[in-house]
Amino acid sequence: MSSIGFVVRLAWREARAARRRLALLTASITAGVAALVAVNSFTDNLRISVAEQAQALLGADISFSSSQVSVDSVVTVQALLDSLTSVGGGDVRIARSSSFAAMAYVASSGTARLVQARSVDPEWPFYGTIETSPAGIWDGIQSGGVVVDPSLLPAIGAAVGDTLLVGEARYPILGTVVNVPGDVGLQMAFGARIFIATSTLEATGLLGFGARVQRETFVRVPATIDAQAVAEQVRPSLRRERVRVSTVADDRDDLTDGLTRLGNYLGLVALIALLLGGLGTASAVNVFIRQQLDTIAVLRCLGATSGQVFAIHLLQAIGMGFLGALIGAALGVGLQQLMPLVLADFLPVDVRVLPSPRAILLGIGLGVWTAAVFALLPLLGIREVSPLATLRRNTEPPRARWDLPRIVAVLLLITSVVGLAAVQVGSLIQGAWFAAGIGAALLVLWLASLALIRGARRFMPASWPYLWRQGLANLHRPGNQTVTVVLALGFGAFLLTTLFTAQHNLLREFQLDADPDRANLVLIDIQPDQREIVTEIMRSEGVTVGEFVPIVPMRLAEVDGMRVSELLARSRNRMESTDTTPADTAGGGEGRGSMWAFRREYRSTYRAAMGSAESVTFGSWYGDTATGTGRTREDPVPISVEEGLAGELVVGVGDRLSWDIQGVEVHSIITSLREVNWARFEPNFFVVFAPGALESAPHTLVTLARVTDPEARGRVQRALAEQAANVSSVDLGEVQRALESVVSRIVLAIRFMALFSLATGAVVLIGAIATSRWQRIREGTLLRTLGATRGQVLRILCVEYATLGLAAALVAASLAGVAGWALAHFVFKSSFVLPVLPLAVLTIALVSLTTIVGLWSSLDVLERPPLEVLRAD
Amino acid sequence: MLSSDALGHEYLSGGRRLTVLKDITFHLEPGGFLAIVGPSGSGKTTLLGLLAGLDRPTHGRVVLDGTDLGDLDEDARAKLRREKVGFIFQSFQLIPTLTAQENVQVPLELAGDPKAAAVAEDLLRRVGLGERGHHYPTQLSGGEQQRVAVARAFSTRPKILFADEPTGNLDGKNGDTVVQLMTALNEEFGTTLVLVTHDLELAGLARRTIRLADGAIVSDTTR
Repeated sequence: MSSIGFVVRLAWREARAARRRLALLTASITAGVAALVAVNSFTDNLRISVAEQAQALLGADISFSSSQVSVDSVVTVQALLDSLTSVGGGDVRIARSSSFAAMAYVASSGTARLVQARSVDPEWPFYGTIETSPAGIWDGIQSGGVVVDPSLLPAIGAAVGDTLLVGEARYPILGTVVNVPGDVGLQMAFGARIFIATSTLEATGLLGFGARVQRETFVRVPATIDAQAVAEQVRPSLRRERVRVSTVADDRDDLTDGLTRLGNYLGLVALIALLLGGLGTASAVNVFIRQQLDTIAVLRCLGATSGQVFAIHLLQAIGMGFLGALIGAALGVGLQQLMPLVLADFLPVDVRVLPSPRAILLGIGLGVWTAAVFALLPLLGIREVSPLATLRRNTEPPRARWDLPRIVAVLLLITSVVGLAAVQVGSLIQGAWFAAGIGAALLVLWLASLALIRGARRFMPASWPYLWRQGLANLHRPGNQTVTVVLALGFGAFLLTTLFTAQHNLLREFQLDADPDRANLVLIDIQPDQREIVTEIMRSEGVTVGEFVPIVPMRLAEVDGMRVSELLARSRNRMESTDTTPADTAGGGEGRGSMWAFRREYRSTYRAAMGSAESVTFGSWYGDTATGTGRTREDPVPISVEEGLAGELVVGVGDRLSWDIQGVEVHSIITSLREVNWARFEPNFFVVFAPGALESAPHTLVTLARVTDPEARGRVQRALAEQAANVSSVDLGEVQRALESVVSRIVLAIRFMALFSLATGAVVLIGAIATSRWQRIREGTLLRTLGATRGQVLRILCVEYATLGLAAALVAASLAGVAGWALAHFVFKSSFVLPVLPLAVLTIALVSLTTIVGLWSSLDVLERPPLEVLRAD
Repeated sequence: MLSSDALGHEYLSGGRRLTVLKDITFHLEPGGFLAIVGPSGSGKTTLLGLLAGLDRPTHGRVVLDGTDLGDLDEDARAKLRREKVGFIFQSFQLIPTLTAQENVQVPLELAGDPKAAAVAEDLLRRVGLGERGHHYPTQLSGGEQQRVAVARAFSTRPKILFADEPTGNLDGKNGDTVVQLMTALNEEFGTTLVLVTHDLELAGLARRTIRLADGAIVSDTTR
């Protein structure tokens, strides 16, 4: 008992006076905990907000939706609605909604824009309210008005009161929509929303053949009916009918899952900051122990056991880690206020921002644990301090021996990193991969730092100026800080540069202006009889219209002689018998792939030549001489299938597919598989037919054009809105800007978190410099005593820190290059270009940061009077 | 109280084996006052470290108050030091982050003495620093620091006190004060004193003097 009391008392007394020296440890932990608390607290609030607003998110108790069929025509839905009405009577209410893309045109300004139109019944939504500006105009849409997104008005040069043309219908603009429950701000990037009444939908004339419409039926049921049970009962049969059923609980669970994943991954970036803080802790404890060698020796001399001395210092490390975690938690609660600003566009709910006790406790707990675990290894060195040091000063720390406690400490460290990541991601395997990734990056950085040390020692040209040689020699001399600085700074920089490289490559894929011949206007839903009108409109602007590509909607009917309905039924039976979740697998004995691929509607084309974004990977292109009408199994039409889809369907060259085209069956044989670059804005297809089979099938047309003058583009869109209202023109420039906006907002969120890592990196840098501060001061003083000017000493330090920063930046950039390439190659499936100039700028920034922080932390070297230092020795 | 039997010590330096002590044998009675003298490099400090159990000898053995130090591991030797040994160093070796009083309290608290604070206060008063207990070492002069070290050394009333050049860093007046304190406390508590010095005047106060040269005893005289 007295031993514990002694340890606690001495730990407290010592820490009281050594607070400044331990401040580095505190600072190392702060940023990581702040980031973790901010992310986790925000995610907790998000979950609570989703739970609170779940009913308003859906706007009903149950919804049925489909983009493939008219929901109300599905027998199961009809029967269900009838039975609900008979049970619930007047308390069961039904409202319908349709969503589709359309061109909106304002005659007064002559401007047209692609919008996301949504028609709704008067009763929608049953829960939650639509906020508008001016307030109270929502019901006005039922009288024939339209409410639009605020962004649309300036985009089409319209004002409240103007008339908006959608298809053949005209709507007075009543005002703008401020908030629709459940909508994500990011959606607006792909076209402004407009709201009209279902009763006015017919008048637009836009829902003809080939139109893509998402239809939804919303149901409100009385409390006596269990909406979830009803949904579960009909879900399997409606899935077969391609109707999706949603309930409040479904929506809430889906959203919570998605948001939890978002929070988890942002939390991982925060965790990296904390782990870097752990490195900082280890470095700070190392510094502290070196400074404490005399005290430790005296304590040992006076009879304290090594266990007691170890416990004193461990307690101090934990205490200072706790202090750092407390400060970090307070900062995190403050920073949480910024999270909605960074993530606002991804959130379907209004998030209340309150401190989350769970997140605060978790953050503090993880902070203290990190401090303790990372402090363990350097603290174990205490055991090697001999009491004899009181008689003979030995400035070199004792040599570490790899005994059982050290091995246990290392294992604890590895287990902790995996465990912390697993807790954060919610998966042990992902946690292990994350830890392995960090381990690999740190290994490369460590090897690079060793190479730098060795290089500085071996390849120092004698002809270089003395100050350069002296500065570079600091990289390898005893007590050097090369490994710590390269590890800590390099890792933070690696994270940031990887993000930057990935973003650069992702956006580059969508750069339309990079290729002067690439089209920037896509015209879709052109009816065959509108071909001439479109050509004439283009010609009047001096634009050569591109090829009109036919699009034929169809469904898969048969795969290698087996009906798709049978394949799906087998798959269902297998799932039921094995009690698997309805994962997207389908097929019978042969184990065919994705259900989605069997059920979806295909929009295919026919053409003789391959597109510029396609290349054959298996088989051979059918070419001009292909024959086959597809009318009988014996006379199949050759087709080419995109290789990804072939994988989903588990088919290859030589396999036969039959298609249902508006009730007519067309038989085909796969003659080639293609790789398609989907990132190119060109009409690309999963399935391409040889000419000869589809020409007479009902189809729409799509074409591309390059209209460089924005005013001409506006005139084309206006003319189309007036003369071919059902044709949608997509301005790829707008799409590109939308994509850029989406990508940059995601990157902003991640970069915001990654900044914590860099902040921690700077703290670690200061810690690393402090490691050899006294040695540096002594050397600087001796140099000055021997006649070096302060300027010369300053230059030596400049060379050393600039080289350290350069090494960290170069390794980070190389690692980021590899990681960026891997992301481009394996995840985004795109080509990769190293962004040399931006990386050079980042490198210069890192070198400057390292040099400034290094010099600032070493000012003592220049300012301490030589006599003071020499006397102190 | 303290006996050294054929004590020898060697270490490796630059791959060469150096002998710093050889065949040191002597016996010291309880309450004795021994001075170890010799020129620099003669092995005085090494001998003191081995006698106090701060290091293990290469050969021979040390018996301190009936305990063979060779039988004890590092922690057991620490415990023995805590209970029976006091130290005074040339460079004072106060813990810079503790106040004067807290420095004196350390051995008492290690021993679990509930009156540690009162004992430390009393000792500081006796060495003339009653009013300076709350000062940190850097706020004290060299002489004052060494007086705190003396108070700390006697705080647990050790059976034996080792002093390594206790006046080496002090001026004449402060040195005299410290010596007077040491001898007074030695007489009051009956503590055995082992003193390493090359100050012959200081060595003259001891009742027995062992002279070392090149790691070996060249003379052992008793007054």
